[in-house]
Amino acid sequence: MSTMAPPTIHPVHQQHDQPGIPLARIVRVELRKMFNTRSGFWLIASLVILGVVATIGTILFAPDEQLTHNTFAAAIGFPMTIVLPIIAILAITGEWSQRTGLTTFTLVPDRRRVLLAKTVASVVVGIASMLVALVVGVVGNVVGTAITGTDLVWDLSAAQFGTIVIGSLLCLLTGTMLGMVIRSSPGALVTYFVLALVLPTVFGILAANQPDFVDVRPWVDAELARSFLFEGPPASGEQWAQVAVTAGLWLVLPAVLGLRAVLRSEVK
Amino acid sequence: MITIDSLTKKYGRTTVVDGVSFVARPGRVTGFLGPNGAGKSTTMRMVVGLTKPTSGSSTVTGRPYAALANPGREIGVMLDASAQHAGRTGREILTIVQQMLGLPGRRVEEMLDLVSLTPAEADRRVGNYSLGMRQRLGIASALIGDPGVLMLDEPANGLDPAGIRWMRDLLRDFADRGGTVLLSSHLLREVEVIADDIVMIGHGRVVCEGTKADLVRSLGTVARADDTAALRRALHASGVDTDVTDEGTVTTSAEPAHVGHVAFRAGVALTELRTADGGLEDMFLELTADTQREPTPSRKNRRERKAA
Repeated sequence: MSTMAPPTIHPVHQQHDQPGIPLARIVRVELRKMFNTRSGFWLIASLVILGVVATIGTILFAPDEQLTHNTFAAAIGFPMTIVLPIIAILAITGEWSQRTGLTTFTLVPDRRRVLLAKTVASVVVGIASMLVALVVGVVGNVVGTAITGTDLVWDLSAAQFGTIVIGSLLCLLTGTMLGMVIRSSPGALVTYFVLALVLPTVFGILAANQPDFVDVRPWVDAELARSFLFEGPPASGEQWAQVAVTAGLWLVLPAVLGLRAVLRSEVK
Repeated sequence: MITIDSLTKKYGRTTVVDGVSFVARPGRVTGFLGPNGAGKSTTMRMVVGLTKPTSGSSTVTGRPYAALANPGREIGVMLDASAQHAGRTGREILTIVQQMLGLPGRRVEEMLDLVSLTPAEADRRVGNYSLGMRQRLGIASALIGDPGVLMLDEPANGLDPAGIRWMRDLLRDFADRGGTVLLSSHLLREVEVIADDIVMIGHGRVVCEGTKADLVRSLGTVARADDTAALRRALHASGVDTDVTDEGTVTTSAEPAHVGHVAFRAGVALTELRTADGGLEDMFLELTADTQREPTPSRKNRRERKAA
């Protein structure tokens, strides 16, 4: 039966005016959460593994005269554009699918900060893995040309690498967007593959049958517009505009809706 | 302190929580009691902002939850011990909380010690944990920030009797040191054993609220004697109304001591004498009646007593 609690030596702390949680700390914790599960670890490890496999494949199968840095970079970059969005999706949907959001959003009640931290963490992983790809590509180019006895060709400019990074980050952020909109791992993954594989095919068929659509297509087909960033010659001003328009349509607009949904949704 | 002020949650036309108000005070364990689906978890989720209230408000240590700069340092929350990534180890889950709150790394070991998870258990993945181990881990996460307030949803679920005893002592100690504890349960006995204050909720409304001492005291006495009629006569002669159930149990609003003395003077041998805690239980059973298949036999008693 309760009476007055006696004064004791170790009173429970009544802590007021705690310092807040800096964003950098949330980013660090979110980065840790991307690596500290078996699936998360292997997903990110798969980026490196695929990069090495692509490099070896390029050395084995690409014609000798194409053993240039650009070829290696493209071969390594391709698996990344597939895996990075998956990493970005799972970083967000896990909070709902694994129900860890109960803890996360209780410790950081401002959900916008959690989402921002997750986005930053995904971008950090994306940029880091592309730098790894760059290095693997350099090694592949040196080793590959040494094996085949062809000349070393360094044909990947910094500007080109920059546009590839931007293109890959647009892919990655599409994953972030899907995570916010759908908030379920299987649902978001399926939608991602529909967007990445089915939709471009539909646009392709449309363009084949409707000549009028050919000119419109780069303004609505995000995959096509993004591909300008990955291909050889630097993208033109019009192509950049197409990238911006499709990103606005397929990335920014749904992301805004997704953000609203996350802020309103109930975490159970 | 947790202050809840007319919290209401509606989903379409269904009202899940209907104007719930109460205060969980420092130095006391407040038991939030109600059958499954009564709105306990929804109320707790609204306090921490996971569910947006349709109307009403709540504060923790005098401020809205969203205004707490580092909430984990002020209130330890466990809403569902099973809501963890099955692929992380117990130690890893605690480390995530420790880092998010900006605490020194040794807090993880301290908490594992406190909740008696061995190093080997701490390094196992939570997917392999029993419910009892998850509850211990959840308590550790709640306490790691050294908060002044605890809010736990069904903390005793899945604990064995020794574990329940451990939890009870831990929460008692926390409250005795000036901490605020709000815990929910759908088991009356559990709450009776540990709580100082009880808030009973049914169909989203608070149906009864008070200190446990008051709630139990107001319920009178249950007595049994071989000669039921003689016992009732003696009690009536002493100015006390009585009631009798089909099984021959005499119930009265008088204190057990009074009933004992009267029986002694009348030379009636009592075979049973106890405080009637059934009042709380009756009310609780009525709340659960709608969701249970079992008919509640105590309903009849309750009506009789009201008539008496």
